[in-house]
Amino acid sequence: MLVDRLGSGYKERFSLFNEQEGLDDGPDFLSEEDRGSTLPNFKQNEFSVVRQHEEFIWLHDSFVENEEYAGYIIPPAPPKPDFDASREKLQKLGEGEGSMTKEEFTKMKQELEAEYLAIFKKTVAMHEVFLCRVAAHPVLRKDLNFHVFLEYNQDLSVRGKNKKEKLEDFFKNVVKSADGVLVAGVKDVDDFFEHEKTFLLEYHNRVKDASAKSDRMIRSHKSAADDINRIASTLYTLGTQDSTDLCKFFLKVSELFEKTRKIEARVAADEDLKLADLLKYYLRESQAAKDLLYRRGRALVDYENANKALDKARAKNKDVLQAETTQQVCCQKFEKISESAKQELIDFKTRRVAAFRKNLVELAELELKHAKGNLQLLHSCLGVLKGDT
Amino acid sequence: MSLCHFYPSLVIKFFRVCVCVCVELKMAASSERSPPPFPDSEEPELLEDSDEGADAFTGTSISEMDSPSPDSTRPPKDIFNEPPEDIFSDPLSNINSEPQKKVDAKIPSPSSDEAVDLFSDPLDDDSEVMSSPEVQNPMPDLLNEPVEAPKSDVLGEPPVHRDAARQQDVFEDPPKSSSKSSSVKKAASSEMFGDDDDDEDLFKEPPKVVTKKPQPSGPPVDVFTEVKSDVKVKPQVKDDPTDLFAEEALTAPAPKPSAGSSSSRTNGVHSEEQDLFSEATVELSLDSPRNDRKNKDAVKPSVSAPAAPVASSSSKAPSKTLKELEEEESEDKFDLNISITNPEKVGDGMNAYMAYKVSTQTSLTMFRSKTFTVRRRFSDFLGLFEKLSEKHSQNGYLIPPPPEKSILGMTKVKVGKEDPSSAEFVERRRAALERYLQRVVSHPSLLQDPDVREFLEKEELPRAVSTQALSGAGFLKMLNKATDAVSKMTIKMNEQDVWFDEKIQDVENEEQHLRKLHVMVESLVNHRKELSGNTAVFAKSVAMLGSSEDNTALSRALSQLAEVEDRIEQLHQEQASNDFFTFSELLADYIRLLGAVRGCFDQRMKAWQRWQDAENMLQKKREAEAKLLWANKPDKLQQAKDEITEWEAKVTQYEREFERISATVRKEVIRFDKEKARDFNRQVIKYLESLLHSQQQLIKYWDAFLPEAKAIV
Repeated sequence: MLVDRLGSGYKERFSLFNEQEGLDDGPDFLSEEDRGSTLPNFKQNEFSVVRQHEEFIWLHDSFVENEEYAGYIIPPAPPKPDFDASREKLQKLGEGEGSMTKEEFTKMKQELEAEYLAIFKKTVAMHEVFLCRVAAHPVLRKDLNFHVFLEYNQDLSVRGKNKKEKLEDFFKNVVKSADGVLVAGVKDVDDFFEHEKTFLLEYHNRVKDASAKSDRMIRSHKSAADDINRIASTLYTLGTQDSTDLCKFFLKVSELFEKTRKIEARVAADEDLKLADLLKYYLRESQAAKDLLYRRGRALVDYENANKALDKARAKNKDVLQAETTQQVCCQKFEKISESAKQELIDFKTRRVAAFRKNLVELAELELKHAKGNLQLLHSCLGVLKGDT
Repeated sequence: MSLCHFYPSLVIKFFRVCVCVCVELKMAASSERSPPPFPDSEEPELLEDSDEGADAFTGTSISEMDSPSPDSTRPPKDIFNEPPEDIFSDPLSNINSEPQKKVDAKIPSPSSDEAVDLFSDPLDDDSEVMSSPEVQNPMPDLLNEPVEAPKSDVLGEPPVHRDAARQQDVFEDPPKSSSKSSSVKKAASSEMFGDDDDDEDLFKEPPKVVTKKPQPSGPPVDVFTEVKSDVKVKPQVKDDPTDLFAEEALTAPAPKPSAGSSSSRTNGVHSEEQDLFSEATVELSLDSPRNDRKNKDAVKPSVSAPAAPVASSSSKAPSKTLKELEEEESEDKFDLNISITNPEKVGDGMNAYMAYKVSTQTSLTMFRSKTFTVRRRFSDFLGLFEKLSEKHSQNGYLIPPPPEKSILGMTKVKVGKEDPSSAEFVERRRAALERYLQRVVSHPSLLQDPDVREFLEKEELPRAVSTQALSGAGFLKMLNKATDAVSKMTIKMNEQDVWFDEKIQDVENEEQHLRKLHVMVESLVNHRKELSGNTAVFAKSVAMLGSSEDNTALSRALSQLAEVEDRIEQLHQEQASNDFFTFSELLADYIRLLGAVRGCFDQRMKAWQRWQDAENMLQKKREAEAKLLWANKPDKLQQAKDEITEWEAKVTQYEREFERISATVRKEVIRFDKEKARDFNRQVIKYLESLLHSQQQLIKYWDAFLPEAKAIV
C-alpha cells in the first residue's frame, strides 16, 4: 500500500484523495469543485505520467517559493535515492567474478539483488509519501503545479540546479540560518508559538541524532547478518567435504544459519523501514516545521519593524500612509501565517504521534514475529541435533 | 495515482528515477508497484514478487541448498548402520557356534577389527614394551594373560586402566590368579581352549608371522624411555587394576561370549593371542602392533576392493563400537576434572606474569589425593607441551597444542591496570589453557606421562625455560621449524596407504575451511560488538528524543523503547562473547589441533624417509659387496657382509618404526576425529542454546514494549 509507511492517518486521507481525484461523484472532491475552485479538474479518471526525482524536487521547491504557502508546513522533499552501495558492490561483483566460486557468486548476486530491491522499495515509498502528503493537504493539493505534475504527460523538462544556482542556494541558506538565529532570539508574544519554537529546535536536533544513530545500529546489524550468511556458506562447504557425521552436523547447522541470517537481515530491514525511516522522515518534517516557524518569525519581525517605522513616520508625520500600508500588509501576512501555522503545527503533532504509534507498534510486532521465528528455528534445529547424538 | 512504476534504467549510469503516477478509479487500496528489472538478472520471475522481494531471492537459494543435502546425508547413514550389524552379529554367532570360525568372522567385518584394534592398541603397544623386558616369567603370563588381557578388551576398559592392568599382570598375576576363585580358572581354561584355535590361526597365516621374526633384539631407544616412564607409574596404579581385575574375573566366567562385548572380544582375543604367541617365543614386544597391522593390511584389500569406503567405514565403525565404551570412558573422564581459575597477576612491570590456579579433582588412584590445587604460570603450560612433544611426538602421538603466546596481549596485561580488553584477554587465555589441559589429560597415554602428573600435582615446578618467544631458544626453535619445513618439502613420499593419502588431503582442506570460518566468526564477533555499542548509543539518543517529546504517551513509549534497546544492547554483548568463547575459540582450537595432526603426519613421513634412506644404504652396501665379490677381495668381503646385516637390521627396524608410527598416527587421528565430532557437537549446541536464549529474551523485551506502543494516543 502506498502510504503504509507513515501512519494510518495518511492512508485514509490518501484514499480520500484517490476518490476525490478519480471519482466524479466523490462527495469531497465535488464539493471542492463546486465551491468554485479555479483549478482545472482532471481530464481523465485515470492517467499516468513518468516523473524523475528532479521533478519531485521541482514540485517541492515550487511550494517553498510560493508566498501563498508561507503559512503551511511544506511536505519535505523525498531524499535522493542512494544506490551507491549497490553500484559499488555490483562493480566488485563484476571484478571478482573470476576469483569466486559459483556458490559465492550466486550468493553475492542474491545479496545484491535483495539489497537493490530494498533500496528501490524504500525510494518508491519516500516519493509516494511526499505525493500523498501533498494530496492530503487541503490547500496544497489544489496547487496548479501539482496538477501539472500529475497530469502533464510530457517531460516537465526541469533540470537539476547548476553550480551557480547551487552556490546561490548555499548562500541563501547561510543567510537564512543566520537570520533564523536572529529571528529565533526574538521573544514571541504568543505562548503557543514560543513553546513550539523551543520544542521544535530541540526536537529537530534530537531526531537528527537518533536518526543517525539508528542508521549506524542498523548498518552493523546488517553486517552481522552478512557474517552469518558467510558463516553458513562456509559451513556448507565444510559439510560437503565428506560424509561423516560431523559433516552432516555441519550441514544442518549451515542450514539453520542460512535461515537465521535471513531473519536477522529481515530484522535489520524492518528496523530500517519502521524506525530509521520514521526518524528520517520526521527529521525532514521537523525541519519543514522549523522553516514555517522561521517564516512566521520573519513576518513577526517585519511586522514589528513596520510598527516601529509607522511610529517613526507618525512622529515625523512623514510618509504615514505608506508606512501604514506596509504595516497593514505585514500585519496581515503575519496574522495569516500565524493562523494557518497554528493549525499546521497541531496537525503536525497529531500526525507525528499517529505515525510513531503505528510504526512503533509495527516495529514491536515485527521484532516479535522475527524473534519467534528464530526461536522456532533454533528449537527445531536443536531438537534434531540433540536427537542425533 | 496509486500505480507507481519506477523504472530505473540501469545501464552504466545507474539510476534514473522515473515515476509513473497514475490515477485510477478504485485502485486506492490495491496499489501495485513493479520493481525494475535487476541488471543481469536471469530470473525475471523473481522480481515479480515485489512485496516479499527479499524472500523471493533467497527462497530459491534455500531450495537449492536443501536439495543436495538429503542426497549427501543418506549414503553415510548406510555406512553407518550396516557395518556395526556385521560387527555385532557375525562374530557373535560364530563364536557361539564354533570357536574355529573366529578367523572367518573376522574377515567379513574388517572394519570392526580395525576399529577395535585402533582404539585399544595404543596402550598395548606400551604394555607389550613393558612386559617384554620383564619376561622373566613368561609362563604365568601365558597362563593368565589369555584371560585378563582379552577380557579387558572385551569390557572395553578404557586404555588407561588396561595399561595399568597389564602391568599388573606382569608382576602380580601368578599369585593373584592362584588365589582367585575356581571360576576364574575355569574361565582361563576355557579361554585357553579358545586360544589354541587362535594360535592355529596364527599359523595359518605364516607369512605374516615370519616376516616379523627377524626381530632386532634391541628395541629402539624411545621404547626404553617409555618403559621407564611407565614403570615409574606402576606403584601408584596398583590398586585400581586389582579392582578391575577382580571385576573382570567375576564377569568373565559367565557364558563365555557374553553378548555385546563379544564382537570386540574376537578382535581383542585375536590380537592378544598373537601377542602372547610372540611373547612366548621370546619375541620382542614391538612386533605385536605390527602383527595387527599386517593382518589388517592383509585382510583389508581382500575384503573391500575400493579402499576408500573401508577407510571411511573404519573411521565410523569405531565410533559406533565405541559408543558402549564411551560410557565407561566418559566415566573415566569425569574422574579427572581440571579447572583453571583465579588468574592472578604476580609481580610488577615487565616481569609480571599471570598465575592460574589449576585445580584437579579426581578419583584416579594414580594421584596422591582426590583434590589438589597448584599455581601455574603460562610458560609452565608451554613447558609442559615442550616436554610432551619432545617425548611423544616422534611416536606419532597427537600432542594437544597450547594457546599461542601473545606478546601484545600480555604486555597490555602487564602495563594496563583494569582494562576491559586485558580482562578479556586473561579470560580468553584462562579458558584456552583449561581446554588445553583437559585435552592433554583426556589423551590416554599422555595422562600416564609423569610430567603431566607432576604438572598437576607438584607444588613447585622448575621454571620452564626456552618458552620465551624472544629468547635464544625461541630463535633456535624457529630455525628448527624452518629447516623442518624445508626438509618436508624435499621429501617426496609416494603414499601407499590410501587412508593416509585421503586423510592428509582432508585435514588440509578442513584446516583451510576452518580458518576461513574462523575469520568470519571473528568478524561476526566484531560486528556484534559494534552492534551492541551502536545500540547503546541509539538507546541514549532515543531516551533524549523521548524526553523532548511533548506528547506524554509518546514520550513514555520512547523512553520505554530506549530501555528495550538498552537491554538489547546487553543481549548483543552477551551474544558477542558467546560467539567468541563458544564458537570462535572452538574453531581456533581446532585450527591449532589440525596443525598438530599435520605434525603427526610429518612425523610419519620422517619415519618413512628414514626407512627409505636405510633401504638405499642397504642397496649401496649390497652393490659394494657385489663389486668386492667380482673384484675378488675376500678380506673386505666379511666387513661388507657385516655391514649388510647391520643395514638389513636397520631397514627392518626403521620399517617397523614406520609401521608402528603409521598405526599410532592412524589411531590418534581417529581418536581426534571422534573427539572433534563430540566437541563440535557439544559446543555448537551450546552456542545455539545461547542464541536461543537471546531470542527468548528478545521476545520478552518486545512483548513488554508492545502495550506501551499501543498506549500511545
